[in-house]
Amino acid sequence: MKRKSWSVSLLKEASARTGSVEKKVNKKAIKMLEIKNLHVSVDGAEILKGIDLSIDPGEMHAIMGPNGSGKSTLSHVIAGRDGYEITGGRIIFQGEDLTGMEPEERAAKGIFLAFQYPVEIPGVANTTFLKEAVNAIHRFKGEDELDAMQFVKIMRAKTKELGISDDMLKRAVNVGFSGGEKKRNEILQMAVLNPTLAILDETDSGLDIDALKIVAEGVNKLRAPDRSMLIITHYQRLLDYIVPDKVHVLAHGRIQRTGGKELALELEENGYAEFDEAVA
Amino acid sequence: MVATTKTVEQVQELADDKYKYGFVTDIESETAPKGLNEDTVRFISAKKNEPEWLLEWRLKAFRHWLTMSEPKWSKVTFPPIDYQASYYYSAPKGTDDGPKSLDEVDPELLKTYEKLGIPLKEQEFLSGVAVDAVFDSVSVATTFKVKLEEVGVIFCPISEALEKCPDLVKKYLGTVVPYTDNKHATLNSAVFTDGSFVYIPPGVRCPMELSTYFRINAKETGQFERTLIIADKDSYVSYLEGCTAPMRDENQLHAAVVELIALDDAEIKYSTVQNWYPGDENGKGGIYNFVTKRGACRGRNSKISWTQVETGSAITWKYPSCILQGDNSVGEFYSIAITNNCQQADTGTKMIHLGRNTTSKIISKGISAGRANQTYRGLVKMSPKAEGARNFTQCDSLLIGDQCGAHTVPYIESKNKTAIVEHEATTSTISEDQLFYLRQRGIPAEAAVALVVNGFCREVLQQLPMEFAVEAQKLVGISLEGSVG
Repeated sequence: MKRKSWSVSLLKEASARTGSVEKKVNKKAIKMLEIKNLHVSVDGAEILKGIDLSIDPGEMHAIMGPNGSGKSTLSHVIAGRDGYEITGGRIIFQGEDLTGMEPEERAAKGIFLAFQYPVEIPGVANTTFLKEAVNAIHRFKGEDELDAMQFVKIMRAKTKELGISDDMLKRAVNVGFSGGEKKRNEILQMAVLNPTLAILDETDSGLDIDALKIVAEGVNKLRAPDRSMLIITHYQRLLDYIVPDKVHVLAHGRIQRTGGKELALELEENGYAEFDEAVA
Repeated sequence: MVATTKTVEQVQELADDKYKYGFVTDIESETAPKGLNEDTVRFISAKKNEPEWLLEWRLKAFRHWLTMSEPKWSKVTFPPIDYQASYYYSAPKGTDDGPKSLDEVDPELLKTYEKLGIPLKEQEFLSGVAVDAVFDSVSVATTFKVKLEEVGVIFCPISEALEKCPDLVKKYLGTVVPYTDNKHATLNSAVFTDGSFVYIPPGVRCPMELSTYFRINAKETGQFERTLIIADKDSYVSYLEGCTAPMRDENQLHAAVVELIALDDAEIKYSTVQNWYPGDENGKGGIYNFVTKRGACRGRNSKISWTQVETGSAITWKYPSCILQGDNSVGEFYSIAITNNCQQADTGTKMIHLGRNTTSKIISKGISAGRANQTYRGLVKMSPKAEGARNFTQCDSLLIGDQCGAHTVPYIESKNKTAIVEHEATTSTISEDQLFYLRQRGIPAEAAVALVVNGFCREVLQQLPMEFAVEAQKLVGISLEGSVG
């Protein structure tokens, strides 16, 4: 983990889970994520039409928007999924241009995507998968791989912290998991992989209120001064439990509005109709 | 869609096998004259100082072979084999008198096996595993013989067994796979050169894993080994074979026969890790692996379990089977078959239920990549006397890319109303979602494919003896990856 001394003291405030938007930002500091005029097409159709987004270390941003607005496209493009053509603009992560970087390289550099639909990997135990992932990242960074004992120790600490039973570790990745279990498994992976930028893609979808609270609690535990988060959601309700520093409204491939946490409440009341009109 | 094409291309790149066992050992060999006739058969028999009865048996097989045609029912294609273009006997010089003590084995040979990861010096090899090393047509070394003899276990080349315990060989040879069985097995009966012999006396649990490592080295030479394993009453043995060959442009024939006999309450566990040279990515060269393996559960409560990991060979034609004669006997078949590039495999099993309350289980995992084609072909037969017999079959296929094929051909014949036969089958692919998910967690594409495939094969890999499970897991990865990792 790249820990920069200035970020600790400066951003303690931000991590106080108050949702405070007012925050002094060191102008010289390297941005966690900077997206500049990003245009993305899928099969020739333009989905993102000039996105600008800037996230500082320690900040939590939320992107809200109607279905089909390009929210998931944005998360996939940041993570480097194939099948998206960047026709313009840049994605800069900690000062480094991500364009053309393989997904595993981005992961090794600290980008984590919590999936909307976590994927099943039959026959591969959760621990096996996570050990493979952690060690792949260690190898990428030229660090020693963890042996079984070191790894078990880390896993024990993380499951305890998040209140996840060890049973989940032995089961095949996401196979036969309930919706809530799958999302908790994503949070567990995030805790183990220790990313600097976590993107949560519709983490609230398909969860009942109890599961939602548990997942939100996990996310809040993982907030840290040197870790930024980008929450992508359709509904405001997740933001009752995870309080963002900034809220952006994404519609028709563009950020239509940016505001504080109160913007989410406004959307809850008025819906996204306003943004339909804005384009029409 | 763009993404699909890209993933497929990517996986295909990974799928290009790098065969690390393709080297040739430069060693002087003694060979029989090229071609196949009665003199070849006599030459081999004379080389081995065989008793008259065996020469007669070989000749009967050879004469019968001349009348036979190749089995045509399998879904594999290859040009007609020119049997006169091969050598049927090749032995490293100086191995005439059979394997000597390890100190006397040609250092070149020891080096070869070391390079293959099979050091033959006992102190260096995995503790608890005895190895018989067969190089072309002869056994060059057998380890841990003395330790095994202490408990009465006989583990030696079959040529040596003919001197040591001719009665046992005579009693059982050809009783499970008769010399008339099929063209490949009949050829083997005529010209088999070496192979392992195992006898476990009554009540003995073999104290270590037994293993034979087959290596084809010489050019234009076929390998025809014959393995015979007898587990006497209430005994147990676990046996593993591995095999590799140099990379050559020609096709080489490997036609082996394995016979297993389990008497009352005995159990034989037979595992294979087959990694013969598969040919290059265009299908040039590679081994024709035409093998007949069959086990007879002759005794009550006996059990035979086959586990195979088939990753090599240009063509695999192989159906390790169980004849469940004894009441309550159990047959199992666990298989992983990986075909890549232009490899072809037609493999499966036959479970012949003759006795009462006999049970069998078939778990087959087929992985096809590149332009490869593979078929699971299985027979479950419940005879009229098989009261209460049961079978469960599960065949899963995994496809990588869109130019490969997987076919499942299960034959079920039930002549007993009380018998129960179950069959399940699935076909799946490695999805883009799976690959992206794993890569997003930092796992590079190659390793991601290996992880998914290993997960797919898990049930079978678990059946392998522990010492080999890790190796097999790696091999599964390597067969589909571009690197050793």
